[in-house]
Amino acid sequence: MAEMDTSSSGGHKKGPGVKKGKKLSTRVDLTPMVDLGFLLITFFMFTTTLAKPKTMEINMPYKDKNLQEEEKNKLKASVAMTVLLSKNHRVYYYEGLADNPEQNPDLKVTGFKPKDGIRDAIIRKKKAVDAMKRAGTLTAKDEMTVLIKPDTTSTYSDLVNMLDEMSINDVKVYAIIDISDVEQGYIKETEAASGL
Amino acid sequence: MTAMCDVAFLLLTFFMLATKFKPEEPVVVTTPSSISEIPLPDNDIMLLTVDKKGRIFFSIDNKIKRKELIESVNDDRKLGLTQQDINTFAIGSSIGIPFSQLKSFLSMPPDEQAEVNVTAPGVPVDTSVLSPDNELAQWIKSARYTNPKLRICIKADGDAAYPHVKKIISTLEGYKIFKFNLITNMKAAPPGTAAYEERNRMANAE
Repeated sequence: MAEMDTSSSGGHKKGPGVKKGKKLSTRVDLTPMVDLGFLLITFFMFTTTLAKPKTMEINMPYKDKNLQEEEKNKLKASVAMTVLLSKNHRVYYYEGLADNPEQNPDLKVTGFKPKDGIRDAIIRKKKAVDAMKRAGTLTAKDEMTVLIKPDTTSTYSDLVNMLDEMSINDVKVYAIIDISDVEQGYIKETEAASGL
Repeated sequence: MTAMCDVAFLLLTFFMLATKFKPEEPVVVTTPSSISEIPLPDNDIMLLTVDKKGRIFFSIDNKIKRKELIESVNDDRKLGLTQQDINTFAIGSSIGIPFSQLKSFLSMPPDEQAEVNVTAPGVPVDTSVLSPDNELAQWIKSARYTNPKLRICIKADGDAAYPHVKKIISTLEGYKIFKFNLITNMKAAPPGTAAYEERNRMANAE
């Protein structure tokens, strides 16, 4: 089977007037083809997995309407970074909690780009928090916290990408919180100001 | 030479038996990617599929639990399902229609059901579990009652608007469920980041 016989069939009579000198007998050996076939099978058997979809584990913060204000953990503004997810995969962020009603936060706009995107901003903030810990301004227990606030125009993939950035950059404390009207206002102002 | 043919057929048979059939998905959903490597568990899963438009499809695995679930829902909501409807549900997959249409859906043959799923409105959901429109809340409550070990997995399309997913999360929070899984595609940790260092460190230490 692993060879093909393409020699002219030697059974028929010589045709009229056909003068053939030599009978060419070509036998093609097909063993290498079969070898290649098996090699490919083996390659695919080892490299592909019966791919199971992977999951991300999410823990939402404990929400109880009866929880008193004092019992909630007080979050220090110096370790906090707030990220707002908006439409067209746009990400706004600012440092701190913006709990000072007098002062508007310094809202920056970016995206999920690999360079100069939200990842670099998170890495910068992380370095700053580590520096403060070394300098003694923060205790060892204070961890960098990111508050993720998606607005109504953001998509699910924005949320998943942001949660992914948390695990990519090893941010241990984060929370998904509803966006406030004040912050929606900030986004609108920024959009109006830059003509987006 | 015939031995080679035999080997080829043996391999074919192996793959035919070793791989499982893909579970019938009501809608095709492109999940976003993440670097998370935790594999999806095989059983005791409550699957909430959300497509691009925000329609929600509910499903749990295990035929016996499905039968218990539909019997419990039938009693609570007085749907008037026959034994045959109950059996159809037990062997079926996802549900993406309100309770009012459930009986007629279950009496259809599977190909008609697949057609309905293309345009189905999805299981109604609301932000509060106390709202009577929140049928997903009923499904979740009954399902957890039949199987307390159920793990809740959300498989949503990347382009689904956030408010739809928020309603599901609010419903879960209403039942004090704060731990759940989001199903994602696998992607590698980007080089130069903390996660990349962590994974390579563990790989080098081995």
